[in-house]
Amino acid sequence: MKQLNFTVRSNEQLNAQNHLLKVVPLSNEQLPEIYPGQFVQILVENAPHTFLRRPISVNNVDREMNELWLLVQAVGEGTRKICDTTAGQTINMLLPLGNSFTMPPVAGNFLLVGGGVGTAPLLYMGKKLHEKGFSCDFLLGGASERNILQRSEFERYGRLYCTTEDGTLGERGYVTDHPLLQQEKYDFIFSCGPKPMMVAVARYAREREIRCEVSLENLMACGFGACLCCVEKTTRGNLCTCTEGPVFDTNELRWLD
Amino acid sequence: MAGLEVTIGGMRLRNPVMTASGTFGYGTEYTDFMDLGRIGGIFVKGTTLEPRQGNDYPRMAETPAGMLNAVGLQNKGVDHFVEHIYPVIKEYDTHMIVNVSGSTLEDYVACSERLTGLEKIPAIELNISCPNVKEGGMAFGTSCTSAAQVTRAVRRVYPGTLIVKLSPNVTDIAEIARAVEAEGADSVSLVNTFLGMAIDVESRKPKLSTVTGGLSGPCIKPIALRMVWQVYHAVSIPVIGMGGICNWQDAIEFLLAGATAIQVGTCNFVDPAASVKIVEGIGEYLERHNIASVSELVGAMKIH
Repeated sequence: MKQLNFTVRSNEQLNAQNHLLKVVPLSNEQLPEIYPGQFVQILVENAPHTFLRRPISVNNVDREMNELWLLVQAVGEGTRKICDTTAGQTINMLLPLGNSFTMPPVAGNFLLVGGGVGTAPLLYMGKKLHEKGFSCDFLLGGASERNILQRSEFERYGRLYCTTEDGTLGERGYVTDHPLLQQEKYDFIFSCGPKPMMVAVARYAREREIRCEVSLENLMACGFGACLCCVEKTTRGNLCTCTEGPVFDTNELRWLD
Repeated sequence: MAGLEVTIGGMRLRNPVMTASGTFGYGTEYTDFMDLGRIGGIFVKGTTLEPRQGNDYPRMAETPAGMLNAVGLQNKGVDHFVEHIYPVIKEYDTHMIVNVSGSTLEDYVACSERLTGLEKIPAIELNISCPNVKEGGMAFGTSCTSAAQVTRAVRRVYPGTLIVKLSPNVTDIAEIARAVEAEGADSVSLVNTFLGMAIDVESRKPKLSTVTGGLSGPCIKPIALRMVWQVYHAVSIPVIGMGGICNWQDAIEFLLAGATAIQVGTCNFVDPAASVKIVEGIGEYLERHNIASVSELVGAMKIH
């Protein structure tokens, strides 16, 4: 873990709420090793009602450009300030934080299921699977076509399937309604998104005895295991989402009890 | 750095900057971000006789210039601390102080006794001010009688430096400070968090699982500062001040109000290296004002 200043290289608005920030270390030093599922804590400046940093998952690491990609959804004052940053501005971050998705040792049938801004870490995971020569399917859901972000990026690393609640893209409905889930037999599912979606995915995985990992977004203060605020109830007791997670095997969680 | 040393009970601290219990884990969590040997001491996470799972999630709500927490003293108990954590942290080059909490008088005594004789734990901080536990905790710190009773009982069994951490959720904090001083406390630390709450207006639900929780951060600083000043004038033992300290100016304010040393708390979450920056800032302040020893600043506010 490090505390580092970054320069915003670009800030692209992807839809009404979401921005893609590409940042590089201010000192030109190499980015530390970052694994898919890990996150950063961004310092928010000049936001009078915001005190704590904002946890944002790593969307992609571009080693060639020494660039870190962050997909940020403007939800409140803090994330709005982050979305308002412009190219050339400096942001302070703690990174890399948390554990990561498990990299399967051998090829298999892998499914990455995401909803809303929760698709962010799945891009980097898909890229890493692709780099290992493993193929994967992405199943992304959102309210409408405009909520399914970075489609061309996802298509570089695997087959892309979508669901939208209004039917404007892919199948109409939720991700768990997609016929893919009945057709394919998966070995490992990775998921991130709204909790009801992840619970539905966890239930599907349990019924079919598929290994499943989810990335949680519990409210946190520090992000590195000091405050004990972001705990999740697990079979091993209350665990910090920031250090023991954010990625958990769904069999460890108490969601389906 | 010369001139920064201060004394609390039997401890000679290299500087007056320490970190507050519950905001700094066991120090281990911060070693990537700073050199622990640069600060005066570390107050480790609240420790109880038996293991505690803490309160349900959600335990945290951000508020303007601060946060509410309702962690509820999650910890693995004093035996786990002695067997598994102490062997790691005893190597740290700073004073490691254990914050002791409990539900009953007997718990406080047994937990304190268990820490007696740990060579690298020179002091304990008796937490009679945690607002997030159903039994004990703050209940001990809100009356002079019970605060005196628990201090007396622990003083009997604990020979090291005994610091009592006071609750601000009282009518007159100075009288509680006097009561624990009379029972042999070597120092008082203040303030713990203020009882507060927050509601989500859309769902109409409280933002904390426990409804109420402890408020900390810069939003409490002016009140904490006032309480430190009142207590400084009420007791003759050293006062350790805390409440929203985020930079060296905040720290100097507490010293001027009467604190011999300070603790950095919630700010550690935002800038994990804040305490070291505060040490540097105090050092520069002393040089700039030609002050030979930081102790000259204690209670040196000029009213006229």
